[in-house]
Amino acid sequence: MKRNLTLSALLAATALTMAAPVQAQDSVYVPLLTYRTGPFSGSGVHIANGMRDYLEMLNQRDGGIGGAKIVIEECETGYDTKKGVECYESTKAKKPVMYNPYSTGITLQLIPKAAADKVPVLSMAYGLSAAADGTNFPWVFNPPATYWDGASVFIKHVAAKEGGLDKLKGKTIGLIHLDAPFGKEPIPVLEALAKKYEFNLKLYPVPAAQMQNQGSVWLSIRRDKVDWIYNQGWGAMNPTAVKEAVKNGFPMEKLVGVWWAGGDDDARAGEAGAKGYKTLNFHNTGAQFPVMQDILKHVVDKGLSQAKKEQVGENLYNRGVYNSMLIVEAVRNAQKLTGKKSVTGEDVRRGLETLNITEARLKEMGMEGFANPMKLSCTDHSGHNKVFVSQWDGSKYVKASDWMDPIKDVVRPLIEEEAKTFVGKDPGWPKRTEACDKAA
Amino acid sequence: MLYNILIDPFVQMGASPDLFVQTLWEGLVSGVLYALIALGFVLIFKASGVFNFAQGIMVVFAGLTLVGLHEKGVPAWIAVLLTLGVMYVLAIAVERVVLRPLVNQPDIILFMATFGLTYVLIGIGEFIFGGEPKQMITEQLFLPTGSIDVNMLGGRVTFQKLDIAAAVIASAMIIGLSLFFQYTRIGRALRAVADSHKAALSVGISLNQIWAIVWFAAGIVALITGIMWGARSEVSFGLDIIALKALPVLILGGFTSVPGAIIGGLIIGVGEKMAEFYWGPLVGGGIENWIAYVIALGFLMYRPQGLFGDKIIERI
Repeated sequence: MKRNLTLSALLAATALTMAAPVQAQDSVYVPLLTYRTGPFSGSGVHIANGMRDYLEMLNQRDGGIGGAKIVIEECETGYDTKKGVECYESTKAKKPVMYNPYSTGITLQLIPKAAADKVPVLSMAYGLSAAADGTNFPWVFNPPATYWDGASVFIKHVAAKEGGLDKLKGKTIGLIHLDAPFGKEPIPVLEALAKKYEFNLKLYPVPAAQMQNQGSVWLSIRRDKVDWIYNQGWGAMNPTAVKEAVKNGFPMEKLVGVWWAGGDDDARAGEAGAKGYKTLNFHNTGAQFPVMQDILKHVVDKGLSQAKKEQVGENLYNRGVYNSMLIVEAVRNAQKLTGKKSVTGEDVRRGLETLNITEARLKEMGMEGFANPMKLSCTDHSGHNKVFVSQWDGSKYVKASDWMDPIKDVVRPLIEEEAKTFVGKDPGWPKRTEACDKAA
Repeated sequence: MLYNILIDPFVQMGASPDLFVQTLWEGLVSGVLYALIALGFVLIFKASGVFNFAQGIMVVFAGLTLVGLHEKGVPAWIAVLLTLGVMYVLAIAVERVVLRPLVNQPDIILFMATFGLTYVLIGIGEFIFGGEPKQMITEQLFLPTGSIDVNMLGGRVTFQKLDIAAAVIASAMIIGLSLFFQYTRIGRALRAVADSHKAALSVGISLNQIWAIVWFAAGIVALITGIMWGARSEVSFGLDIIALKALPVLILGGFTSVPGAIIGGLIIGVGEKMAEFYWGPLVGGGIENWIAYVIALGFLMYRPQGLFGDKIIERI
């Protein structure tokens, strides 16, 4: 009997301990689906560090968001869709304010679940491009730009370097991509742009098992005399692609990665030959921004970070910080809209839809010069914001172009068409019933 | 369509012979490296009849240990020696903790044990070294970098010095191991164990000792493989997947044959590169991953025991 009582007390104490952080007053629960292990950890670790450290910094410096402590919980997915869904299912009972899947495959699985469970999915600059259509996807957000925006900016960059959009005619542009939903995302828009500007588009899929064995793909690129390459790679695929490009003598300034192919480690792998490698970007690099200094002071110097000090300011670390800034601003917005400190997923969905990050707000956050202002709306969940090109100078990425608008007149109609097709495949897809708020 | 499949690839080979030679070279280098991975599997299979699923993670573990030690300030060559020490300790541990308690159990049990070992090594590796990929210490190990461009056949063929070194080192390794197992006492004992555990025991050969030696030899092969693959890409847990490339090599060459692993590796390496380069575009590319199995299965239809595998004849 005594033993049973002890066991019951232990179980009750364990349950209370587990539930306490989530049920505590004035807190917001933010699960982070991250991957610090597996073949994609080379990219995932830095983003996970950046995301976590920004949220931790707010807890340390400000006590959370608007008086609500941020309860951070990482769930390791290994970039595996099945594990990602398990993470979602195991955390949703804790009333998360939003999900950050960090995988296009996981995002695709969560899109119908999120709507049913009333929790928004923030797939920041990844996931399903068509989800930018807020009318059909009220619970999914992909700011500040979609993969289709990115691919169109790449084409604009090529045109700028070649002397104009009319000079694209007859050029051969290749897409080397991970043979997975993430990698295939830009294909529709590149096909549309190839038709419009009359360039030849060549596709070079790289299966996940071949990420570190790309010899024949790069031989094909050499055979096809490709003028420019767009790299939609992730994880171990990127450093190998850079190495292979160097090895095959491909001009590095004509190899442009999507924003996810811009890890510092990706470029470092190519050693001196990687100088000139480019990647798209929507935030700056470096630790000189006040927000980064605060992270160093309140998190890294206190030993609360898993990142090394020198990694703060690297491209993918800053990407994680940018992502968490969006989470926090959406929560803050939701607090303003509802007057509550402990907001729910439904509140944060409204917060995301009315997100309006101005120059003044960026300055307040210590992010002046770090990112560009951006705005979302009920119909536009991406914003199709400006993007620029970063270039590897041999030791770090530096800004190598002006901010460029995506080719919206091509991208937006394609997104709306694709959104209709996507939801049309499911006769039970719910019509949007969520009201549209005015900006907070 | 038939023209594109049957004629055009050969027309391309004739039209751009430099690219044909380049593809062939890439295939041969990959093939040698596949052979190296397959060799690790063959060694253990010969001695114990176990398909060691953990061979891939042993490659990662050895590579990470080497780079991790160097990151801690250990000079490169001492790090190599210490890594060999770690692989030796691993071999002893596997023999004591995994193999010895499971002796006389069905092969599937031992196979599942190596499956478990894989995840234990992944966990330990991530715990000690973290999930971040690491750059191989190519220069510190005096491995050559850069390339040799040869103008030939109306074009340019590039030979990476690292690839040449990989081919030479892998070949030397394979020849060395073959000689060791052919002409030394331990080698003869290994072959005796491979033929029959009971007969080997009856003449006083220690199974436990042989297993430890073989696992250590597989550990050495894993280290060399980790260095070579790591230098071509990076040392990450993604390399674990590449090890599965040894499967079609083993199907083709046979699970018990060292020459089979070499010839099988070369056939798969060259075959998949040629297929991807000349026939891949017909189906949108990305066929390299599975075409190796098609080649292996094609061979299996004619030689189920593989090219050099032992033909099993059992009395009924």
